[in-house]
Amino acid sequence: MPDRHPSKIVERLFKLMALGALVIALGTLTALLVDALLDGGGRLNWQFLTSFPSRKPEQAGIASALVGTIYLMILTAACALPIGVGAALYLEEYVGKHWLARVIEVNIANLAGVPSIIYGLLGLELFVRMMGLGRSLLAGALTMALLVLPIVIIATREALRTVPSSIREASYALGASRWQTIWHQVLPLALPGILTGSILALSRAIGEAAPLITMGALTYIAFLPDSLLAPFTALPIQIFNWVSRPQPGFHANAAAGIVVLLAVLLIMNGLAVYVRQRAQKRLYL
Amino acid sequence: MYASVLRNDSISNPPSTAHDSPSVFAIQGLECWYGTHQVIRKVSLIIPERRITAIIGPSGCGKSTLIRCLNRINDLIPGFRMSGHILFKGRELDDPAIDPLTIRLKVGMVFQKPNPFPKSIYENVAYGPRIWELHRDRRLDDHVEKSLRKAALWDEVKDKLGQNALTLSGGQQQRLCIARALAVEPEVLLLDEPCSALDPIATGKIEELLLELKQRYTLVIVTHNMQQAARVSDETGFLLMGELIEFGPTEKLFTTPGDSRTEAYITGRFG
Repeated sequence: MPDRHPSKIVERLFKLMALGALVIALGTLTALLVDALLDGGGRLNWQFLTSFPSRKPEQAGIASALVGTIYLMILTAACALPIGVGAALYLEEYVGKHWLARVIEVNIANLAGVPSIIYGLLGLELFVRMMGLGRSLLAGALTMALLVLPIVIIATREALRTVPSSIREASYALGASRWQTIWHQVLPLALPGILTGSILALSRAIGEAAPLITMGALTYIAFLPDSLLAPFTALPIQIFNWVSRPQPGFHANAAAGIVVLLAVLLIMNGLAVYVRQRAQKRLYL
Repeated sequence: MYASVLRNDSISNPPSTAHDSPSVFAIQGLECWYGTHQVIRKVSLIIPERRITAIIGPSGCGKSTLIRCLNRINDLIPGFRMSGHILFKGRELDDPAIDPLTIRLKVGMVFQKPNPFPKSIYENVAYGPRIWELHRDRRLDDHVEKSLRKAALWDEVKDKLGQNALTLSGGQQQRLCIARALAVEPEVLLLDEPCSALDPIATGKIEELLLELKQRYTLVIVTHNMQQAARVSDETGFLLMGELIEFGPTEKLFTTPGDSRTEAYITGRFG
């Protein structure tokens, strides 16, 4: 019997390489966060969160952008979730293994990879101009909904697939109709997966500046949007705007804005984890 | 047409039924395919009322496919196709005028692996009556209790009806599935290897339950366990490669089989 396994050195080497990869990934992120905190930490206070943009960097705040982002996300979810979940339900539960479903599936996967600026162009033409919504909150939300729709559909289909077929059969065997089976058994079981996937999709959208800039969202707004058709701004646009100013005061504001954006992102992702764990506890005890 | 023929028991190759119990299912020349793969070949048999009919045979012989035809749950499988006739109490099962959903109200099913919904014990049993709008409120409570009693589970769960069904043991889960199936008041209960995932004690309890249920329901059980078929069933059919080799009273099939392949299977020479 040999004293040690022949691949012991390789094992160690591989473990070190994996650790190295983790350090590089997390290290970069930490460096970015620390940098943003150092630059913008001084500006992070209640006044910053509640003030509107200003020509003077020390008086400028993020209120309209933060509220705009929150409204935008709620509206985006309200548009994208019903359509995305409905489309996935149809593809997964009604069409089944038809070849057309596979063609659509490939196309949806491709749509998920289309650069976000293209969605901005589409939004500009379709919602802002053709539908005459203007550069409004609603037009922005619809554009963002298009952007996240493929991800919501893919996540929902994955979630539906994890529902065991034995549950569907149990329901059908009792004489339940397709809709009853979906509504009472399949959807409740798939819901945590759908929600997790959708929240992650939204957190991708929250950091997107390109489509909103393309469709022409404003950058300087000194009031909160009061209707669906009101003009709006969002965190990434505000940050982009501040970064492009020459005064160093605005750069500090941009850094602080980044921290706020990351905090919102973290809260959303935390919510996704919480939703998943709670639902899993309910399912598997 | 077939109805009258079958009721008179005068078809060319009559399945033997050595008793006078009326038939619930009369299957005539049944053939089934998944895509191009044929799994059932020219099967004819009669399933008598309030008796336990067992279908035995080696894995992949088509036993499950056969009983899954009886509540038309195979319809849900893409690529499934069948020909021949299945009469349920004299009516063609695939009569376009019959909604398959209503067949499943009359013909319940219990599956191989216990598959309770990941909800409370109460909700599991109440689901069927709710979707069929059979009972409401207090009457639904009574009905749930009645169904659980029929499945010999009430005493074990009466204090924890709100608990998730997945906290029950495997045997209890399977009896819950039986209670759930009985809750819509079917006439027939199809059981697809209901004990194959259970230990011997839980299996014993289910078998005892089946013998009791036979007083009021027609039972069809698929099993690969020949001892089980011998213990509980009145009639047994032996299926091999999709063909019904032999069908008759259980005692006769196990003691004096008419076909050498049946004998080879029940004496354990293959399968």
